[in-house]
Amino acid sequence: MNLSLLPLLQQLVLVLAAIVLFLSFVLLAQNRLISAIHAFAWQGALVAAVTTVVAATGHIHHLYFSAALTLALKALLIPWMLHRLVRRLELERHTESLQSPTLVTMAAVALVIFSYWLVLPMIQEELTFTRNIVAISLAVVLIGLLMMVFRTQAVAQVLGFMSMENGLFLAAVSATGGMPLVVELGVAFDVLVAMVLFGVFFLQIRESIDSLDVDRLNRLRETGGDQ
Amino acid sequence: MNALTLVLLTPLLGALILGLIRPPPLAGWFNLGVSALSLAAALWLAWSVALVSDLPGDLGGPGAINGPIAGSLAGDIFGLPFRVDAFNVYLVVLTAFVALTTSVFSRPYMRYVLAIGRIGPRRLRTYHSMYQLFMFTMLVALTTDNLGVMWVAVEGATLATVLLVSLYRTPEAVEAAWKYFILCGVGIALALFGTVLTYFAAQQVISDPAAGLNWSTLYTEAGRLEPAVMRLAFVFLLVGYGTKVGLVPMHQWLPDAHSEGPTPMSAVLSGLLLNVALYAVVRLKMLVDGSLAHTDNPHLAGYLLMGFGLTSFLVAGLFLHRQRDIKRMFSYSSIEHMGLMTFGFGLGGPLATFGALLHMLVHSLTKSAIFVTVGHATHIAGTQAIEQIRGLIRTQPTVGWSLLIGVAAIAGFPPFGVFMSEFLLLTATMKTAPWFTLVLLSGLAVAFAGLFRHLHPMVYGTPPEGQQPVAANMIPVAVHLTLVLWLGLAIPAFLANWLDRATGLITGTRLL
Repeated sequence: MNLSLLPLLQQLVLVLAAIVLFLSFVLLAQNRLISAIHAFAWQGALVAAVTTVVAATGHIHHLYFSAALTLALKALLIPWMLHRLVRRLELERHTESLQSPTLVTMAAVALVIFSYWLVLPMIQEELTFTRNIVAISLAVVLIGLLMMVFRTQAVAQVLGFMSMENGLFLAAVSATGGMPLVVELGVAFDVLVAMVLFGVFFLQIRESIDSLDVDRLNRLRETGGDQ
Repeated sequence: MNALTLVLLTPLLGALILGLIRPPPLAGWFNLGVSALSLAAALWLAWSVALVSDLPGDLGGPGAINGPIAGSLAGDIFGLPFRVDAFNVYLVVLTAFVALTTSVFSRPYMRYVLAIGRIGPRRLRTYHSMYQLFMFTMLVALTTDNLGVMWVAVEGATLATVLLVSLYRTPEAVEAAWKYFILCGVGIALALFGTVLTYFAAQQVISDPAAGLNWSTLYTEAGRLEPAVMRLAFVFLLVGYGTKVGLVPMHQWLPDAHSEGPTPMSAVLSGLLLNVALYAVVRLKMLVDGSLAHTDNPHLAGYLLMGFGLTSFLVAGLFLHRQRDIKRMFSYSSIEHMGLMTFGFGLGGPLATFGALLHMLVHSLTKSAIFVTVGHATHIAGTQAIEQIRGLIRTQPTVGWSLLIGVAAIAGFPPFGVFMSEFLLLTATMKTAPWFTLVLLSGLAVAFAGLFRHLHPMVYGTPPEGQQPVAANMIPVAVHLTLVLWLGLAIPAFLANWLDRATGLITGTRLL
């Protein structure tokens, strides 16, 4: 595949998508919560930018609306809500490092390779652009998943969840020119409600274990042995 | 105004109004009334589906479109395509029915919970409102024709129930709810990726982008969908929706969510939500089967379902033995039965599909009856620990007997309906994959032993000093168990015909 033969706007989309992927790595390894929230906001803004470019290239009008929605939701509203929650829970100075950052980062790299391995044989070679963008989106989704597994702090887990959504949205926008509008609205609504509920849960978790370290939620393990 | 609009609007409006009603007793009755109205609407809808006989029909109203698939009703509500056929309308009726009987049980149960101070009036209001909202999302997921809307509705069902799981605000309940939220959130996100891939495959063959996510359009064009894309899409969809079905190894949330939430919630989660998720998987399997029909591995989707189903069935059966919490034990039993149904749908063929459909029905009825009984039993004993629930039959014979009969039914004793459906599934297995029969039989035996070793002392043991009976409304249990018994003795002709139509829809061939 020769990427330099693609139309310029498609190349632009690919560059933006690559930065989105890069920000996933930043999110994964970021120790300070506030910086992680900022990285997430930038990721949202970039996804919105991708949407705008795709809308302009394909003359798909409803995508302009999706772009505005993404910008409002992912780059402004959700980061703001998280920011406020972090301040309210007095976690600004909270730092939390991964157990073994090198290993997790290597795993994330492996996931990127895995995504390419999965997607490349699936889509015909002529669709160079689509192949790359689907692979990158899948990698963003999987890294979000990785983050939810390895981060033990509730806010960081939520960031992982939301960056998974970013990956999904990236796939929907760039590979298919956006899902039908009603579906997109529904998904956005679900994400928003989920965010509100996450906020409620932060408070509930804090109340019950006096911390947001989800590792300490371990009362419901499967009890071993016979009674 | 038609039947479908009524089915969907009743719980939605009910949820809104219940959010406003303050006096708890009134809210309980209102919840019951809304559920009754939903059931009436669902029956009306079923009746109109029955009337179309196998000819394409429409639901009437402006903008109604003809369903391309025989025996279905299609129509638009607020511009969204909906489609009802024998398969989903049977689940709609089941959902509305179990919702009604559970609301009958939930009224005194929640009043008791309120009286002992486990929750306040405000949380009770959340409970009632979310109860109906949950019903609404499930009914949308069942009736919509759009795969994207189905996704939104299934995610909505998670969001509606997550606050109910943590309703008691104990550390355990909060933990269970968080686990439920995160695991199902991840699962459902993967399902969305699968949906995006499906849409991508559809765009290569379907010219109208707005129709690219409509199940009926995709189904008629399934043969032209790119097999490589659909194969990958199905893996994501199966893992995603499979998380909600409770398939092993994505089942981790299920026992926690069932055991820590209020008992009426356990009854509807186990009896209804799992079915809805399985329904989604089966619908998607139909698409993938069509797409893979001419490749070298046409039954890939079926094999995947069989693998996941069998694993869940066996693992959950073993886990039944080591449970100490009565609600946890029965949620493992749900995983086991969902595994069996998944296996049945994976096996394919009219007999196995008919068996799996029947099993969905009888499992829902039996399991929700059991959870209702367990709710009373835990109030009698004041705990959910199996070791401390003793002598139910002496303290309150109705509860003791119901638990005994319910467990006998779910374990697959003749003459109950579960025996019938398991027998059908076993027969189908013997015909197509004989070696699996042994595995299934040993799995059933293991599960049976697991249930009864815990059940016996709970029902017959010596009751602790001063154990008092509680005010219990056993009507829902009696109704459910009678129905299950009836289904085991003789399936009424109309119901057999109904399930047969659904079988015909799914497999293309009818059984009867």
